[in-house]
Amino acid sequence: MPDSASAWQLIISGDATLYAIVRLSLAVSLSAVVIAVIVGLPLGAILALTRFRGRTALIVLLNGFMGLPPVVVGLTVFLLLSRSGPLGMFGLLFTPAAMVIAQSLLVVPIIAALTRQTVEDLWHEYRDELLALNVSPAGRVATLLWDSRFSLVTALLAGFGRAAAEVGTVMIVGGNINGFTRTMTTTIALETSKGDLPLAMGLGLILIAIILMINAAAWGVRTWSEQKAG
Amino acid sequence: MRDMSSDLPLRFEEVTLRFGPTTVLDRVSLAIRPGAPTLVVGPNGSGKTTLLRLCMGLATPTEGRISWGGRHALSPGKIAMLFQRPVMLRRSVAENVLYGLARSDLPRKARIARMKQALERVGLPDLANRPARRLSGGEQQRVALARALAREPELLLLDEPTANLDPAATRAVEDIVRIAAQSGIKIVMASHDLGQVRRLAGDVMFLVRGALREHAAAADFFDRPSTTEAASFVRGDLVI
Ligand SMILES: Nc1ncnc2c1ncn2[C@@H]1O[C@H](COP(=O)(O)OP(=O)(O)OP(=O)(O)O)[C@@H](O)[C@H]1O
Ligand SMILES: [Mg+2]
Repeated sequence: MPDSASAWQLIISGDATLYAIVRLSLAVSLSAVVIAVIVGLPLGAILALTRFRGRTALIVLLNGFMGLPPVVVGLTVFLLLSRSGPLGMFGLLFTPAAMVIAQSLLVVPIIAALTRQTVEDLWHEYRDELLALNVSPAGRVATLLWDSRFSLVTALLAGFGRAAAEVGTVMIVGGNINGFTRTMTTTIALETSKGDLPLAMGLGLILIAIILMINAAAWGVRTWSEQKAG
Repeated sequence: MRDMSSDLPLRFEEVTLRFGPTTVLDRVSLAIRPGAPTLVVGPNGSGKTTLLRLCMGLATPTEGRISWGGRHALSPGKIAMLFQRPVMLRRSVAENVLYGLARSDLPRKARIARMKQALERVGLPDLANRPARRLSGGEQQRVALARALAREPELLLLDEPTANLDPAATRAVEDIVRIAAQSGIKIVMASHDLGQVRRLAGDVMFLVRGALREHAAAADFFDRPSTTEAASFVRGDLVI
């Protein structure tokens, strides 16, 4: 397999194009996860601890959005950001920023839904004790988030995994522009169709390694937390 | 600053609590005053836990009123409760006890000293660094007792605190209750153990199917029960 040999060569020799693509992919997906955490954690906690009309519908919607097709999210963000769209004046389409926005839309439901579930379960368990200890609403949220931190890290890793592996949104809103918005997944798609297999396979190997590391980390966090916190 | 208002006497005026169609407490009137421990007895499902939860303000009466020291709201930090099923936070034993003190105005050093002292009182000084959820049921119950004691409440509600404990631990908890009561903490405690009720009670409340059938000094309750149900309960017969 001469192709896979040259794929390894690209990785080992520290090929500039390859690593620029990896760097951009990681930067985009990490930024998306950070934004999703900032939005998703409070959203999940509020949904877990409050009761209002339409709450159940919102939870069902959120759970459904966990499986949102990336291409549809990509299309939606494309329409919003395109020159004639409502957010067109910012000129974000076909930039890394657009990819971050689109990916965070993919990840927010995952983090919010898993946070909601975890915090609500823990609240049922802690409720009497926290009320008896006269803990303020803000203190309750802090306690519940802190005590579910290991499950939340798992949710975060799941979100990152989804962002890093998807191709649909970044292809549509990033435009796959060489050296600017080309990510691991879009490059693999493009190079494979062009027949340039070494770069595609090199990126594929790195992507698989990253996904494996994320799952190993999630596994490790779970085992470690079970030992530590019970 | 701790405010000096007291939550005692704690009064129920014709308190009724319903969950849907079921009446769990039925027009209960009572007063809990400072003094020797008040023991709450009655068959399973008679409403003991519910009564304690109302005292703690964790449930609101469907009808009737509850007042704490004449006010219709309880003052924060003066009441502590030990639940029938203890709730352990996902933290170490020490952190569980410290958590109960987080809202006090004590400096950190004093809190740690109190935590250690409380764990010693319940006989668990060696478990401070263990994850609390990994302890046995009886150990968890004692951690929860330490958390409640460390707060030095004015009123301590104990829901069957010795139900899961071995004889030695049971005796230790009874000693703790006795000492706490002597130091001026008012204890209200649910129990199924009539021997324990005899040993600890100043007065006894006897519940049957949500109704308060007797509230009498312990000696009167055991020697001159005024209802046939109480008489057979004291004899150890079934009360339905
Ligand atoms: N949230 C609730 N919804 C419906 N019924 C309830 C609820 N809480 C308590 N009950 C009912 O109220 C009755 C009294 O319950 P409670 O827990 O106060 O009894 P108890 O005297 O503490 O019993 P035990 O000796 O078993 O601890 C029970 O029949 C119970 O099923
Ligand atoms: Mg009970």
